[in-house]
Amino acid sequence: MSDVTDTSTPERPAQLPAQSPPVDPAETAAAEQRAGGRLSWWRGEGGEGARRNLWLIGVLVALIVIGVITRPDLYGDSSWVWSNILVILKLASVVGVVTVGMTFVIIGGGIDLSVGAIVALAGVWATTVATQSYGAGGMIFCALAVGLCVGLVNGVLISYGRLVPFIATLAMLVAARGLAAELSDKQTQVSDNATINGIASTNLFGIPLLVYILAAVVLAGWVLLNRTTFGRRTVAVGGNPEAARLAGIDVKRHTVLLYALSGLCCGIAAIMLTAQATSAQAAMANLYELDAIAAAIIGGTLLSGGRGTIIGSLLGVIIFSTITNLFAINGLTTEAQNMVKGGIIVAAVLVQQVQFRSLTQFLGRNRLTTN
Amino acid sequence: MTEREASPTGGSAEGGSVDAPLVEAPADAVAGEVVLRLTDVVKTFPGVRALDGVQLEVRAGEVHCLLGQNGAGKSTLIKVLSGVHRPDAGQVEWRGDPVTFANPQAAMRAGIATIYQELDLVEDLSVGENAFLGHEPRRFGFVRRGHMARRTRQILGRLGHAEIPPNRMVRALPAAGKQVVSMARALSHEARLIIMDEPSAVLAHDEVGNLFRIIRELTAQGIAVIYISHRLEEIREIGDRVTVLKDGRTTAANLPARDTPTRDLVNRMTGRTIEYVFPERPVAATTADADLLEVEGLTRAGEFADVSLRVRPGEIVGIAGLVGSGRSELLETIYGARRPEAGTVRMAGRALRPGSVGAAVRAGMGMAPEERKSQALLLGEPIYRNVTLATFARYARAGFTDTGRERAEADRVAESLELRPRDVRRPVRTLSGGNQQKVVVGRWLLGDTRLLLLDEPTRGVDVGARAELYQVIRTLAERGVGVLLVSSEVPEVLGLADRVLVMREGRVVREAPAGELDENTVLDLVMAGSLMEGAAA
Ligand SMILES: Nc1ncnc2c1ncn2[C@@H]1O[C@H](COP(=O)(O)OP(=O)(O)OP(=O)(O)O)[C@@H](O)[C@H]1O
Ligand SMILES: [Mg+2]
Repeated sequence: MSDVTDTSTPERPAQLPAQSPPVDPAETAAAEQRAGGRLSWWRGEGGEGARRNLWLIGVLVALIVIGVITRPDLYGDSSWVWSNILVILKLASVVGVVTVGMTFVIIGGGIDLSVGAIVALAGVWATTVATQSYGAGGMIFCALAVGLCVGLVNGVLISYGRLVPFIATLAMLVAARGLAAELSDKQTQVSDNATINGIASTNLFGIPLLVYILAAVVLAGWVLLNRTTFGRRTVAVGGNPEAARLAGIDVKRHTVLLYALSGLCCGIAAIMLTAQATSAQAAMANLYELDAIAAAIIGGTLLSGGRGTIIGSLLGVIIFSTITNLFAINGLTTEAQNMVKGGIIVAAVLVQQVQFRSLTQFLGRNRLTTN
Repeated sequence: MTEREASPTGGSAEGGSVDAPLVEAPADAVAGEVVLRLTDVVKTFPGVRALDGVQLEVRAGEVHCLLGQNGAGKSTLIKVLSGVHRPDAGQVEWRGDPVTFANPQAAMRAGIATIYQELDLVEDLSVGENAFLGHEPRRFGFVRRGHMARRTRQILGRLGHAEIPPNRMVRALPAAGKQVVSMARALSHEARLIIMDEPSAVLAHDEVGNLFRIIRELTAQGIAVIYISHRLEEIREIGDRVTVLKDGRTTAANLPARDTPTRDLVNRMTGRTIEYVFPERPVAATTADADLLEVEGLTRAGEFADVSLRVRPGEIVGIAGLVGSGRSELLETIYGARRPEAGTVRMAGRALRPGSVGAAVRAGMGMAPEERKSQALLLGEPIYRNVTLATFARYARAGFTDTGRERAEADRVAESLELRPRDVRRPVRTLSGGNQQKVVVGRWLLGDTRLLLLDEPTRGVDVGARAELYQVIRTLAERGVGVLLVSSEVPEVLGLADRVLVMREGRVVREAPAGELDENTVLDLVMAGSLMEGAAA
């Protein structure tokens, strides 16, 4: 580093004392070049996220290998493999959309336990007889508006009412499910709208429309988080709220927007889920909050806020639906499946914390000494 | 925290020390005997060789000072000693035996206690729980709360801070109070070596005196102290021998602390000669027109009362006062981070909405807060994103951030403040303390800040970079930016400011052009009337 001091300020007399042999400038320069150059995706900005995602892809590959080993008969058939991939993605689509919103909330330092309830409320509200009379557009608008509004209420309670996010959204969970039961009179409401129902059954170029919706939401979420001021504020607000506030960021307003965003995602998910079931009821989307939170955490989102990636969360959701699928094709029970899921959550977090750090250090050290 | 872990020297038994007097000198401590010897210690982080062959020798009963620029490797070195990092190469000899501490607990058991540069307290635990964290006095597996509180009270009393209640949450303490708690933690161990990484950075003048008194008591008992500071005058006062680091290497070892010429020390630290001077004041200072900032009768009960002040464009106004005299609170209130109970703040004639940082920033204010870690930095984020935290929205187009532009701007700031390493894509966490401080101040050099509020801007910044920072502040002022500066270092206030306000117990007791005041006058004003038992030291 001595070269930095000396070369960058040539007008100052550089008097190195004899006792201080400078670090080999070439070595330092090369190291810096490497740090900032072609390896920057790996080491620099976003590098940590990229490494973690590689790890998740590894887990996914391992799950597929388990699938191949346990059901070689199925995996021998390439058309089955392709359709199974679509099954997994379709399975992931609804929770995936919810998880994108959840990821923003968690990066922003909060938590949203009410997502499943919001999906149910939006679904129920969109399928009441009155709403259905406005057609598909009316139903979609209703679901999105309900999601957004409930999210706003969450946000306002947390930001301006100073409730702890856990408590506020827990209360909302109970209240929204209650309202959904009230609205639907505890009945299953059948959707008669062919356009809505078609969302789940339509394929475009052989791929279900639901998967396109997931892709669009993920892409939008990625751009929002990584390329916009909104995303930058989210990281700041979650990483160090006091620093964000003192830098002039309106932390309260931003927090409201985060919960509103999560609610909006729930509105989208409500339409998707309603279309899949061609109906809605107060008990739908049960425990989606757990799936979404677990997927985000497995994807590397820090529960304390300030760090997380959309791609990681997406991989987390896909890993979960792959496990579900793995159990289904092997004819195992959901109970066993839930136990494995729990184990995976713990393992993923442990592995990321412990092994990854040492792996990174190992790689870093290796690079220094070999060059 | 298993009881028997790699600690080759065994260390001292913990249970027995509970009822012992405060800092008990180890019975076999011989003054002058070499307790610690480092040979060719190397430590690398990805892309950085933080330590590159360090030699160090510490004797029992001495105060051994470590000197070096920001990023020279001082904190890394002490983290190797305290078991936080493991060295890649080289040897650490502790009381004659080569050792590697597996973790901080092992080092503590061996008798090495450390006060880290970045405070490492648990904010939501009490003072006592923090002091005894990891070695709580127990009986039958239960923490002996009463006993712990008593011991904590004793240690605090000894530190001259009996007023801090042991059961107060650390979160509720001011920065200086937290420093005292980390000191109490170090003293709660039976240590043979106490390492202090820039302990004085958060302390006011009188508290430093208090700290020195404690250090003298420790060394008189044969305990060795490693002391890190960027203030040469402190090293002259308390130090016995000095080891100088530069770029991770020892460039000079065991210099006599009192007699080595400053020129020599600075030269070995920086590899160049730096004149530690303040930039010259413009002669016809601030004939300026209207006031930029007008504060009228600002009051917050218990913090400050009825403060009125003005800052003109291009003027640097300094506020001198003790920690706890309400300076930082005043600055935060002007900035809108706290809501005043009475009084108004006007920027360029327009009243600001009270308690709104957003309004202040929009009106052109910027503030570098006192505590960099908790109030200013996103530690995991890259340097450039920290530098542009207040301005990224300005470089954005239609809501989309322009990271290329941000990096370029951050590069410019890094250049002008001599940030090292210069690569702005590194996470701020990997920067040394002083370099993190430069990021905090650098944030407001971007954009069109018209009034800069600086709270201890040079905390932890080395001699060379400090001169650089002063120059940057002066240049800003020449461009018409108003500056309101708070600093515990009276010479800094007097040297940099055009006009000085002296605060005591929440009130402005004197206002004068800097030229009309000298250090002693200011110190007298600052201390007068308050009971300062420690100040005598
Ligand atoms: N965890 C880390 N990862 C990568 N680099 C690091 C890490 N910790 C320290 N460094 C680098 O090691 C070098 C030495 O840092 P260190 O904190 O020891 O400096 P210092 O002498 O204490 O400086 P200061 O006076 O500013 O406190 C710096 O270049 C710093 O950026
Ligand atoms: Mg340091």
